[in-house]
Amino acid sequence: MVDIALTPRAAKSQMREATSWDQLKHNRNWLGFWFMLPAMGFLIFFLAYPLGLGIWLSFTDTKIGRVGQFIGAENYEWLWDDSIFWLSVTNTLLYTSIASAIKFAIGLYLALLLNENMPFKAVLRSLILIPFIVPTVLSALAFWWIFDAQFSIISWSLKHLGLIHQNINFLGDTTWARICVIFANIWRGVPFVAITLLAGLQTVSPSLYEAATLDGATSWQRFRHITYPLLTPIIAVVMTFSVLFTFTDFQLIWAMTRGGPVNATHLMATLSYQRAIIAGQLGEGAAISSAMIPFLLAAIMVSWFGLQRRKWQQGENND
Amino acid sequence: MTDLPASKVDLKSILTTSARSDSSEGMSYLQSVPRRIVTLYLPLTIIVVVLLFPFYWMALTSVKPDDQLIDLDTYSPFWTWNPTFKHFYKLLFESQYPHWLWNTMYVAVCATVLSIIASVLAAYAIVRLRYKGASLVGGLIFLSYLVPPSILFIPLATVVYQYGLFDSPLALILTYPTILIPFSTWLLMGYFKTIPFELEECALIDGASRWQILIKIVLPLAIPGLISAFIFCFTLCWNEFIYALTFLQSTQNKTVPVAIVNEFVDGDVYRWGSLMAGALAGSLPLVILYAFFVEHYVSAMTGAVKE
Repeated sequence: MVDIALTPRAAKSQMREATSWDQLKHNRNWLGFWFMLPAMGFLIFFLAYPLGLGIWLSFTDTKIGRVGQFIGAENYEWLWDDSIFWLSVTNTLLYTSIASAIKFAIGLYLALLLNENMPFKAVLRSLILIPFIVPTVLSALAFWWIFDAQFSIISWSLKHLGLIHQNINFLGDTTWARICVIFANIWRGVPFVAITLLAGLQTVSPSLYEAATLDGATSWQRFRHITYPLLTPIIAVVMTFSVLFTFTDFQLIWAMTRGGPVNATHLMATLSYQRAIIAGQLGEGAAISSAMIPFLLAAIMVSWFGLQRRKWQQGENND
Repeated sequence: MTDLPASKVDLKSILTTSARSDSSEGMSYLQSVPRRIVTLYLPLTIIVVVLLFPFYWMALTSVKPDDQLIDLDTYSPFWTWNPTFKHFYKLLFESQYPHWLWNTMYVAVCATVLSIIASVLAAYAIVRLRYKGASLVGGLIFLSYLVPPSILFIPLATVVYQYGLFDSPLALILTYPTILIPFSTWLLMGYFKTIPFELEECALIDGASRWQILIKIVLPLAIPGLISAFIFCFTLCWNEFIYALTFLQSTQNKTVPVAIVNEFVDGDVYRWGSLMAGALAGSLPLVILYAFFVEHYVSAMTGAVKE
């Protein structure tokens, strides 16, 4: 017999005729294509296509129930002269920068505290995460009640402590409303930052701290020269996510203030919902939400290049 | 995304008190007890109290009788001696709340299952088949995680309308996977990478098809990853608000978060009790699920950072 001389492919064809279908079945690229199909299908039809459509809509005067005409950059020109739009941009930037900075500070502090050795550590760590698990809208409603103009528990407590004599109109006053929504956002975001940074802290080898202590480093020096540099990559990723999701926040605002009082808490996301869905101006709403894209790209770029630079400095390879 | 140096994050140790999980363990004897109280326990207590207070407040409000809710002078607002389940009764038997709960559950389970199936296939293909352009597609999938729903809801609303899905749960079941797939694919890729390639090689030599390998070898070994992905996707679905608010119109089709915000909020002075009962009842399923799978949840959450 000449079996030995046969290639594996030919040996196979002796058992079964190797059709082109068989070849396709074993071709990596085709197989990859079929395996990717469901995921790519969803992402193309419900993410990539709408993303493009949204940008297109922002150049039309589409209204609910009426197909729009291409009107060039008119939507953007209107927005340029729209003081409410600029107010929402300012609010969004203010909201994102203040909330993210405080979330980072408290999150890092909490992570450092949780990293200490103490009893009931495991229970404590799982309790901390609960604000992150509970649906945002539902906890926002709890805050709505806590900040109620008449029955706020905060006003009540402050009055009984003799610090104030009148109820604070938390969600009815522009400054207070801003403080309240930012507080609620921080409250919800801290657990995520803390637990993720804690995960990072645990990768730092204890021997580094011991060596530093023996060399006489203070706890601040240990943090500054060991913890912080080793934690930077995780910080970059966590803060990118945090900034991104704070920037595009919708539900917290919608449940607590719906953008009020006098648009003081309108973010770009809530304003675009109001213009597009409630007022029916789809084109204008799409222009407002498309205006978020440059900010988001900038946030991603900053963290991306930040990471790359660090890697390059540390002389690490990709992968 | 690039591989971070932190890829060695030991996730389990975050929630278990294993021996090496404490970087400060070796030095904690250096601190005196009063010092530890001031620098550790006091700030920790304050933070935990602030983080958990809204839930206490929610729970207390939901069992307080109405007259005590608005009479802050006679009764201490921080406690009640006459708890009532009237608000929950109203919620369960005199409103459409059970229906909304069912909607949320139905949408969340369907969208999660669809996403997990798609993600398993995609993650396996990216990690193991290594077809042409696999890493590029992997990167694109990750990027799609960074596209927020608040940019997409307007065009998606028109798409959903065109496809005739408006005001149907199917609209949510089909759109939620765009939020879930990127994350769970990324998470599962990490799990698949840890499965020894030799196992698959042996099976390939024995004549198993890729499909058989996936079902019989890879999936059973990746069960912890599947649970993590499932829990996290389910939580995200339950939490989703803007799509549900935009794509659903009729009261009975709504999901819990949207229904509570839209249907319970009216001019009624006595709404707080039912509102808080509704918020509490809507949070409980997730909290219970979380209590059982804390470890998986945390590993899913930090999964994005891990990779």
